[in-house]
Amino acid sequence: MSWTNKINNTLNKWMKGAGPDSDAVISSRIRLARNLDNLPFPNNASEEDAQKVVKRVEKVLNKDDEFGLKLLELESIPTLEREVMVEKHLISPQHAKPGAYKALSLTDDESISVMVNEEDHLRMQVLVPGLQLEDAWELANRVDDFLESELNFAFNEKYGYLTACPTNAGTGMRASVMLHLPALSLTRRINEVLRATSQLGLAVRGLYGEGTEALGNIYQISNQVTLGPTEEEIIENLQGVIKQVIEQERSAQKMLMKRSKLDLTDTVFRAYGILKNAYKISSKEAMKLLSDVRLGINLGIIEDIPANLFNELMVLISAPALQRLEGRELSPEESDEKRAELIRMRVNNK
Amino acid sequence: MICQECQERQATVHVTKIINNKKKEIYLCEKCAQEKGELNFGGESFSFNNLLSGLLNHDFSTKSAKSKIDLGYQGQSECASCDLSYSEFSKSGKLGCSDCYLNFEERTDKLLKRIHGSNRHTGKVPRRTGEVIRMKKEIQGLRDEMQEAVEKEEFEEAAKLRDKIKELEAEIE
Repeated sequence: MSWTNKINNTLNKWMKGAGPDSDAVISSRIRLARNLDNLPFPNNASEEDAQKVVKRVEKVLNKDDEFGLKLLELESIPTLEREVMVEKHLISPQHAKPGAYKALSLTDDESISVMVNEEDHLRMQVLVPGLQLEDAWELANRVDDFLESELNFAFNEKYGYLTACPTNAGTGMRASVMLHLPALSLTRRINEVLRATSQLGLAVRGLYGEGTEALGNIYQISNQVTLGPTEEEIIENLQGVIKQVIEQERSAQKMLMKRSKLDLTDTVFRAYGILKNAYKISSKEAMKLLSDVRLGINLGIIEDIPANLFNELMVLISAPALQRLEGRELSPEESDEKRAELIRMRVNNK
Repeated sequence: MICQECQERQATVHVTKIINNKKKEIYLCEKCAQEKGELNFGGESFSFNNLLSGLLNHDFSTKSAKSKIDLGYQGQSECASCDLSYSEFSKSGKLGCSDCYLNFEERTDKLLKRIHGSNRHTGKVPRRTGEVIRMKKEIQGLRDEMQEAVEKEEFEEAAKLRDKIKELEAEIE
């Protein structure tokens, strides 16, 4: 396989496309948790039970001619591939660990994925670029209907869909949006925004990095409450908050441009310069600089590189993705070197 | 400097440990440091499960745990369907099967209210399973009617209801 092919295989549709409000929103995701009736949850299941789940799901998926879902035993997927899938948010870190009767179903464009025997029997996910929560829900709902046409889901009139962890019960739905918020971070207004958001029953976290630090200024906002409101209400609530956060980010960008254009231009071009010329770079530094460059693209400071390069590189520079590209395990030093090489190539080639 | 552990890669992590007033210095590469856990500070991270089990172990009732009048009812301590004990649940934060929700209902109901601020689902109802729920309710209603008819010695009416129930039950199957 050629280098370009390998890179394209490492990327998925949502990274290549843009989608609505893509200046601030990287992707939208809907995840539904479902369990089969009369079988213990995966954490309490025997191998035999787990196998039954896989068999039943497989039987339904074999009839799918609408979505293009095929079932793969997780153990048939090489470890490196699985790690890249985690970086691409297609499977959870928990699901990437080896284990019997774990399975995965994925469409070719990777917008739909179904994890079998994760924390719940079924975790369906729809992942799309930009802010498209309603469309994502509509699609997830259809996948859910399709699976339910043959599978009996654990459902209770009062409590809704029953899940292994009570925090997911009810709708079993987690809607989340990944945002790039460099100007709010730079002006330190991000904390106000985050505080207000969490008061509305939403969870906010930095996507990479630990604690309050968000590597590359990327944040994920998702609903906490899954029981009580309807799916549509949850999405409406989240969407409303996200729209305001985007507006805040845009006005912070404008304000920065007005008040400190020189400083901003300097920061952006310094970042651009390092990315273009470095021969060794850690993922932490790379994420920070990529964030600066993306801000520069949004503000029209840099005009000659495509905006989605940031989304692409964000995944490509992760250690698992680099190792996959190289086809072998890399030491941290080697990763730093390969990362710099890849960034130089992508940024200079455009 | 070379890593003391693998003797291969460059040591980039310098760890100083003071145990019983004795200073110990270790030089490791990033990889070995990670494997040996030297890069994790403060031990086990405070996980979501810790928080949840705090909620689970909390006694929601207002009466003191050592009430002198013991009514004997403590709720189920094990799920009748999957044998998961309530203490296992409070440790892992995960229920064992869908029946656990009802077998531990006394506690899960309150827990759900605490987590979500609600204990009543208003969202999507699965089409097929939802239909079964509707039919089961109807059957229950018909059974009550049948019982009434029997009590009033309206046997003809009761027989009609019995047939209807059988029909519905066959449909569910």
